[in-house]
Amino acid sequence: MGTLNPTKPRTRMSNSTLLFIIAGIIFLLMYGIALLSFPVSFRQFQTFFDFFNLNAALFIVTLGMCIVMIGGGIDISVGAVCGLVTMACAVLLQSGTGNIWGAFFLALGIGLAFGLMHGYLIAYLEIQPFIITLAGMFLAQGLLTTLHKEPLNVTVPAFVALRRFTIEIPWLGTVNRLGVFIPCEIKPGVIVVVVLVVLYAVLMKWSRFGRNLYAVGGNRQSARMLGINVKKTIFLSYVLCGLTAGISGFVFLLTTGAGNIGNGALYEIKAIAANVMGGILLNGGVGNLLGAPIGTLTLLTINELIRAAGVQSNLQAIVSGLLLYLFIVLQSIIMSLRDRRKFRLALPPWLKPHLAAGGERDREPRIRKAGEKIRKQVK
Amino acid sequence: MPRLKAQFDRLSHLFLPLSVLVILLIINLIKGADYFKITMVNGVFYGNIPNILFGASELVILSVGMTLVTAAARGQDISIGESGAISSAIFVQYVLQAGEVTIWTILAGFLISCVAGLVIGAFNGTLVSFFNVQPMVATLILFLGGRSIAFIIDGKVSPILANPISNQIGTVIPGVPIQTPIILTAVFLALVAVVLKTTNLRLYVEAVGINPSAARLNGINPKKVIFLTFLLMGVCSAIAGFIAVNKAGRHDSVNLLKFIMMDAILAVALGENSLGGGKFSITGSIIGAYTIEVLNRTLLRLEVNPEAIKAFKAVFIIILMVIASPVVRVSARKFLDKAKTFVAGYSVRQTGGLNKAVVSITDSSVKKEE
Repeated sequence: MGTLNPTKPRTRMSNSTLLFIIAGIIFLLMYGIALLSFPVSFRQFQTFFDFFNLNAALFIVTLGMCIVMIGGGIDISVGAVCGLVTMACAVLLQSGTGNIWGAFFLALGIGLAFGLMHGYLIAYLEIQPFIITLAGMFLAQGLLTTLHKEPLNVTVPAFVALRRFTIEIPWLGTVNRLGVFIPCEIKPGVIVVVVLVVLYAVLMKWSRFGRNLYAVGGNRQSARMLGINVKKTIFLSYVLCGLTAGISGFVFLLTTGAGNIGNGALYEIKAIAANVMGGILLNGGVGNLLGAPIGTLTLLTINELIRAAGVQSNLQAIVSGLLLYLFIVLQSIIMSLRDRRKFRLALPPWLKPHLAAGGERDREPRIRKAGEKIRKQVK
Repeated sequence: MPRLKAQFDRLSHLFLPLSVLVILLIINLIKGADYFKITMVNGVFYGNIPNILFGASELVILSVGMTLVTAAARGQDISIGESGAISSAIFVQYVLQAGEVTIWTILAGFLISCVAGLVIGAFNGTLVSFFNVQPMVATLILFLGGRSIAFIIDGKVSPILANPISNQIGTVIPGVPIQTPIILTAVFLALVAVVLKTTNLRLYVEAVGINPSAARLNGINPKKVIFLTFLLMGVCSAIAGFIAVNKAGRHDSVNLLKFIMMDAILAVALGENSLGGGKFSITGSIIGAYTIEVLNRTLLRLEVNPEAIKAFKAVFIIILMVIASPVVRVSARKFLDKAKTFVAGYSVRQTGGLNKAVVSITDSSVKKEE
């Protein structure tokens, strides 16, 4: 957090950073509660890794949704596209005509096709994103059911080998009751998650596209005034989201090993909830991409916590809804408190003793230096 | 004549939903000429049109509430199905515990379920208006937990509502030739029309939707207006739940009004309302809701593979939205203008009057600017 650096006291922490820090604190808090109440299971590293092993697809979907949400849009077709990809890949692999690479490129192709369609219609034809992605969701669901209706297990040996493949971490693990050391295991899907998180974080933080996207999500009109190609930026964000949904479908197939109609159901809602917990606002322009995995982790920790507590299955949904309620209210209260402080800061400097003392004087030399530099360049 | 044109311009936003409805009806007519045939069975009208009116009654009521919420809060309520399930669960419990069922029991139960709807609306509305949460996120909470609450109120799996009065509300009252849900919907729509005509609701909602800060400076409290629309949405979903549960005869907390919010939002968009708030047209939303019902029934009637129905629906929606999109409209108008000028110029060139051609071109360009 460069903005927390004490040498620059007057740089205001951006909303994204603040919300990201809140998300991180909430995650640590939830994991701490989990550790305190169920020390036996949550202290094992494997429990933590299993979040990734079993929900790699959800993490990836959340990343794609995060990018679209930062751009001020929404894509509710991701879950259905993920399900469609699992079934299409399963059918391809089972028919014996395609190998794993073929399936992977099919997944990318389906995701890209949906992304291109959404992006073109939303960015260039200016149709409301909710309706178009709703239609995309219907389309993906309809294609899924026409493709194959029954659950389809993938039994191709190469794929099963890839599915069974695990990476063991020899220096991390637990000793079971018999005294046998069991190292922690990581599935291939987790590597995809990590690679994508790093890639997208770099993309959003340092690339031109990422910065343009923040500007477009914050205020489309002023982004256009700045000379940003708004349409292209939005188009690219939907294409990326579609691609990510395609990848998540392949990873889902790697996790479960079967194509099923119910695959990826309600992932769009889960992804939105996870992003909100991770401090990414639906309005757009605010949010740190790393908040997406943190929000997903928080969501999964809560679910695991409720399940471990043995709450009745109907109460589980209510409890998770209540927790979501608490987070949302907390976020909103913090943001409004911050706004009020901003209001006070907008007072003229002579009303604020600490600013009048050091604030203005400090800034002057920098401005003078900059002015001299420009003058030199002009000469 | 100009007055007629003004009237037509005022109704121009209904052009898209109405034309779609007409196209669908024509497709149905081509499929079978007896589409509009209405038969009288036991003194009640049955047929395709009454069935559409009957089937779309909940969707119409919900889309009215959704239009108001969308216009004021600039976002959508995705918990309407769940809130309908909760309020109707309360209604069913009240009726089942009342013992003897009279019309007054039903009425009291209905009012209690409306109060439940108000409470749910207040919950969502507080989050949206006073905590400044985006509507879709705020209603996500009830979307996740709502069906479980309904299940807990039910206490057991799908309690059955077996009494003659609710059966009559769900189907027909003897001696009345129209199915009761249609009458209820008509009464509801009449009430909405009266409220919109006699109160300032429309003005306030549109003002808040177009610019909340400007509305506040003009003395309208945007928070109160948004809160009010969510309360109205709660009542709408309670009424829709009441009709749905009486139609089904049992309360199925898992499947009652499931995923109806997608259809309701679609109806709002089909009615040429902006999903980003602002001006709204209730008539458009109502026509949109009936269009969706007609579309569903048309796909069934055309014997589309049941697995592929959703894909067809998606393609239909995409085509519709592309036609309705502002960019396509502007370019189509430009193309038409060019064609007109070209034709005018061509005909003039044929007759040799070049000056006239210049006049006609400038005329058309002036028109474009207007």
